[in-house]
Amino acid sequence: MRHLMNPLDFSVEELDQLFDLANDIEQNMGKYAHACAGKKLATCFYEPSTRTRLSFEAAMLNLGGSVLGFSDAGSSSASKGESVSDTIRVISCYADICAMRHPKEGAPMVAAGKSGIPVINAGDGGHQHPTQTLTDLLTIRSLKGRLDNLTIGLCGDLKFGRTVHSLINALSRYENMRFIFISPDELRIPDYITEMLKDKNIPYEEVIRLEDKMPELDILYMTRVQRERFFNEEDYIRLKDFYILNKKKMKLAPSDMLVLHPLPRVNEISVDVDDDPRAVYFKQAQYGVYVRMALILTLLGISVD
Amino acid sequence: MLNVGKIEEGFVLDHIQAGMAMSIYHHLQLDKLDCTVAIIKNARSGKMEKKDILKVECDVDMLDLDVLGFIDHNITVNVIKNGEIVDKKKLHLPKQIKNVIHCKNPRCITSIEQELPHIFVLADKEKEIYRCKYCEEKFDKRNL
Repeated sequence: MRHLMNPLDFSVEELDQLFDLANDIEQNMGKYAHACAGKKLATCFYEPSTRTRLSFEAAMLNLGGSVLGFSDAGSSSASKGESVSDTIRVISCYADICAMRHPKEGAPMVAAGKSGIPVINAGDGGHQHPTQTLTDLLTIRSLKGRLDNLTIGLCGDLKFGRTVHSLINALSRYENMRFIFISPDELRIPDYITEMLKDKNIPYEEVIRLEDKMPELDILYMTRVQRERFFNEEDYIRLKDFYILNKKKMKLAPSDMLVLHPLPRVNEISVDVDDDPRAVYFKQAQYGVYVRMALILTLLGISVD
Repeated sequence: MLNVGKIEEGFVLDHIQAGMAMSIYHHLQLDKLDCTVAIIKNARSGKMEKKDILKVECDVDMLDLDVLGFIDHNITVNVIKNGEIVDKKKLHLPKQIKNVIHCKNPRCITSIEQELPHIFVLADKEKEIYRCKYCEEKFDKRNL
């Protein structure tokens, strides 16, 4: 039985198959409408995450399956002190596949070790969020037509953003990649990531101003710069505008550059950018459903002819 | 100079980094054995200047080589029978260790899940980096 804990659990070839399936689903939704009839997805969310949970549920409903679960620890047996190991053994009796979000890092892995059904890590603390990474990869592959030969700018909070770290790890497996890290000093990309890139001879640059590198980018991955990450208010006020993407900055970008964002967006992308065809963050949310549909089918071993 | 006598049967751990003998004593759980143990600290050494030595009079099978390899794979393990060295065991970095060290990450599932073993896996053999199997927190050997 296969689980998904980390985006690197799948080889590049397996990811290609998964993304081919997701693209086929995108083109032929009707063909898959009953693929999971009679199957149940349990969404075990020990902390609230409406978007991720609804994306999983939409994916299963699109496949003709059903969903059950809980959306915060207070309404689960965890509030009575039940261990993750015991909970998953019980859930295995009720459902065919489980998506688990937990504030403790490694909780889905503990569940996978005791589970009778496939477990998908739907986010474990600041550790991994593999379906977000699969969503990002599918969006890039579908809209750019490739996952290699790309210059990717990652902008904002590069220190604490787990989606950023996972995406860099996943993209570093492809040929001819170049990374540009755009962040204030306080939120620089961690050393272990840059060391990994050096080990693999993958070129990268670290810059402070977004405008400086816009003309070179194929992809701009935006994240939020949070006020509470700064040591003082003065630095925050001085730097925050550097990391707000607006129409003026978009004028500097190539005509085929794509803007991605894991969402929720707060104010780091002006709403006036939303109508720009290069702004694909809402399409990205749609690809998130397709990739979760493909993942559910793959982990359940269901193929549709 | 202090002299510690030979042992008849057991093992001698030589070339222990000075100051590490007590840590090894605890991690090998020698305190739980009912046998003679000699802990020699800061012995003079040609190649290390100072070193620690542990002499333990017990069956050599009772020694957990994985734990020892994890702590320091450069330690020399001499197996003693009838007062003579009959074998030298080679240590290597174990692929994983269970319940030897604990994950210090407060956000790790090991901090709340009942009876979950603390497992660390060898993530980088060259840099000798071990990470928690669950949260991937790096173990800092200075905490040994």
